[in-house]
Amino acid sequence: METKEPQGAENVNLTEVPSEERGSSRREFLGQTGRVAAGVGVAALLGNLGNYALSYAAGGPPIKIGILHSLSGTMAISEVSLRDVVMMAVEEINKAGGVMGRQIEAVIVDPASNWDLFAEKAKQLLLQDKVSVVFGCWTSVSRKSVLPVFEKNNGMLFYPVQYEGEECSKNVFYTGAAVNQQAQPAVEYLMSPEGGSYKKFYLLGTDYVYPRTTNKILRAMLLAKGVPAANIAEEYTPFHHQDYQTICGKIKKFAAGGGAAVISTINGDSNVPFYKEFGNQGLRAEDAPIMAFSVAEDELRGMDTSALVGHLAAWNYYQSVDTPQNKTFVANFKAYCKKNNLPDGENRVTDDPIEAAYFGVYVWKQAVEKAGTLDVDKVRAAVYNQKFLAPGGTIMMDCCNQHTHKPVIIGEILKDGQFKSVWRSKGLVKPEPWSEFTNPEKGCDWIQHQGTYQKK
Amino acid sequence: MKRGPCALAIALSIALSVVLNVAPKPVNAEDEASTPAAVPSAPALSPIEQALADLSSESAETRSAAVALLIEEGDASLIPKLDEIRATADRAVRQAIKPVVDLLKNRANLSSELPDYRRSAASDLASTGRREAIAWLEAAAAKEEVWWVRYTMEESANLLELRSGDLAARQTAIKKLGDLRSQNGLSTLQELIESGNAADATEEQKALISTATAAVSQIESWSTKATIMETIFRGISLSSILLIMSLGLAIVFGLMGVINMAHGELMMIGAYATFVTQQAFIAWLPPEHFDWYFPASLPLAFLASFGAGWLLEATVIRFLYGRLLETLLATWGVSLILMQSARVYFGDLTAVIAPQALRGGAQVMVGVYLPYNRIFIIILSIVCVVGIYYLLFNSNLGLRVRAVTQNRNMSACLGIPTRKVDSYTFAFASGLAGIAGWALTMVGNVDPGLGQNYIVDAFMVVVTGGVGKLAGTIWASLGIGGLNKLIEPFSGAVYGKVFILVGVILFLQWRPSGLFAAKGRSADA
Repeated sequence: METKEPQGAENVNLTEVPSEERGSSRREFLGQTGRVAAGVGVAALLGNLGNYALSYAAGGPPIKIGILHSLSGTMAISEVSLRDVVMMAVEEINKAGGVMGRQIEAVIVDPASNWDLFAEKAKQLLLQDKVSVVFGCWTSVSRKSVLPVFEKNNGMLFYPVQYEGEECSKNVFYTGAAVNQQAQPAVEYLMSPEGGSYKKFYLLGTDYVYPRTTNKILRAMLLAKGVPAANIAEEYTPFHHQDYQTICGKIKKFAAGGGAAVISTINGDSNVPFYKEFGNQGLRAEDAPIMAFSVAEDELRGMDTSALVGHLAAWNYYQSVDTPQNKTFVANFKAYCKKNNLPDGENRVTDDPIEAAYFGVYVWKQAVEKAGTLDVDKVRAAVYNQKFLAPGGTIMMDCCNQHTHKPVIIGEILKDGQFKSVWRSKGLVKPEPWSEFTNPEKGCDWIQHQGTYQKK
Repeated sequence: MKRGPCALAIALSIALSVVLNVAPKPVNAEDEASTPAAVPSAPALSPIEQALADLSSESAETRSAAVALLIEEGDASLIPKLDEIRATADRAVRQAIKPVVDLLKNRANLSSELPDYRRSAASDLASTGRREAIAWLEAAAAKEEVWWVRYTMEESANLLELRSGDLAARQTAIKKLGDLRSQNGLSTLQELIESGNAADATEEQKALISTATAAVSQIESWSTKATIMETIFRGISLSSILLIMSLGLAIVFGLMGVINMAHGELMMIGAYATFVTQQAFIAWLPPEHFDWYFPASLPLAFLASFGAGWLLEATVIRFLYGRLLETLLATWGVSLILMQSARVYFGDLTAVIAPQALRGGAQVMVGVYLPYNRIFIIILSIVCVVGIYYLLFNSNLGLRVRAVTQNRNMSACLGIPTRKVDSYTFAFASGLAGIAGWALTMVGNVDPGLGQNYIVDAFMVVVTGGVGKLAGTIWASLGIGGLNKLIEPFSGAVYGKVFILVGVILFLQWRPSGLFAAKGRSADA
């Protein structure tokens, strides 16, 4: 098949030659196009062959990995960046000689922000394409939808987004933050003298699983720390909610007299009307700062930041983190986007999930090389305790619970849509999938126990 | 003029360093000797420079003395220096510096030219809890002209006075807070009452109870009034948004019996036209003209949607007149196409920056603050309604439109070109959607899903109001918007929406053809 194609193309080319001599401009054009097409075809084929030859020479067929991120639909805005950064990591690794001397080949599928399609595409990746590992998902509902597929077929998923915890699957590696690595330290910071000694908390979120679970844990934590129930308010809005008048009015009343902070788990396009209304009702970051867990640099790229300056966010990484490897990472990402003509090119920014998706690929590479095989169970065992110098600083995979030890950083929003770090945890924070406040009796351990277990 | 206090401060700092026996250190970040070596201070240092140096001292007492001196003596010109120290200092030093910076900044801002800054400074000074600020606040309040800023200054001064040791002063402060109906004082006053009622309360705490109780009831009764006012305003504001969205839809639905699912996307086109105008202003015009992009984009938004609507009518809808379901499906398809093309072309990351005049709001009375952008939309929707009524009932064009709406066949017999009437009515209604999109950029964001967020609400209004009746649309939007804001404080946003939907369903059971049903022979058509 492969050898036939260039011959066919050449034939086309030959037959066109006489017509070119006759000087008809249309023919001439066609002829030239044909020739160009043939040339491109040959070049592409040679290139491919070359690649294959190279990879075989180096140590075997390419390793297939899957990328399961929505490239269309509502979640595309966030997830496309993750596909881009995973592809960039793959390119870097291939350039440096691949994994165990073998090149990586990415299979990209588009689940189109449709939760059922996520499961279907995951099945396709595992059974049809037989990928060794999948990098993917953003929303909790998409993760929950692919979970049975991965567990049934013993696949391996790297999930790069902060989430609500209460999950302990041996087929998922969570490179994003658990609640105790983002929400809990953020609220503790607000309660500390350095953070402003806030005493009243308004928990505001979009109505779905991540905000509800996070707020359940935060409420339990606040009560345990002696904050009276009267000083905690909790409120949810539907997806795409646009009218925040009443809620901002309530916050204003709640915040009168000072000492109040808003903990926001509002997701997606509702953030803009919320921050706008907050500012327009005369509320300032000094009266009641908004601590957000779902607003990162990538989202701020499209917002009018004048209403957001001075508000806070909690993440494990910011583009502004000052490490040499982060400077390279940011520059590489911008260059990659520009080179591949991705939307916005050089103006692209990095943020926490992008970084988590990026180092996930490297952690997997290290583990494969340590295990010396692609066998999922052996690679999993090798992932445990794996360390990697990520852009934001060294991270470590936990010994047994599938999550990642990460630093926590509180950032203040600046006018240019970047964050200024105002607080950083000492060292890495150990992940706790089961919160000590809501599920003190549960633990997650795949070494000494079989996943979730009852603590004695 | 400043010599007196200066000399005093020098004496004070010398006295302090003698008393504490800690030699001041020069400003030198590298000087990290653990023992406070007795380095003689350079004679050139002024007391302020001295204090600045002391801020990085190891001893907490030296630091707090320096802080006190800086607060007393310093002014805003010190802030850059303080920020410099803060950037390199460790945590304890940063914490010592923060109140100084806050106080100095706010003190400087009290005499800022912008009332918003003065007000912010006044309310921030209250939260610092430093009694030094009372004198500054009172001095500033005496020459303040904007009532609301003066109010905040007085409120802050009295809040700080509550921390005084003198019983009589506290009593007066509490009374004054009550008279001011101070929302910000409410929680402190309640705490006072609580601690006065506690078993181990001192005589002084008990003495404050009665004054505080009176003040609290004063504040609370006022705040109920303010809440009612604000709720009414919010209801009207939501209604105006609903109204401006559904006007175009009502006209199309009423005149042509077309269910236009792409109406939301026509709004989106208006919003994107605003965005594009903004980008053009940023790219080609000097920044001082930036705010003019907003008025300039009004005609553009109208024309863009007008054109899109005209095209839609000419290419799709005219072939489907009289076939309700087909128009519904076809326009829905068009809406998907428009949405995806917007996503592909603009991406999801677009924002419109509000012009200065539409940011913030007006304090109309204590506790009632009305955002300018909302006031603007209310006025705009009134203007639109008046304009449409004038057009429909006072112009030749409107006469034809009404005739076709009432009886298409008869109008055609009488020589009215119904095709043309359809075409320009649809385009005009689309243009109205464009104006709605233009206005909505001030409250929400510009994204491909913009239309989807509003279309259901808009349909709800049109159906509840009665098909083909503008008055119905107006009353329905007022009813739905008002009811929504009335329910929301009690039920929360999620259930508020549920209640409204249930309410509309029940209402339509009772009056299937809406508030203002079409009567007479045309009702059956």
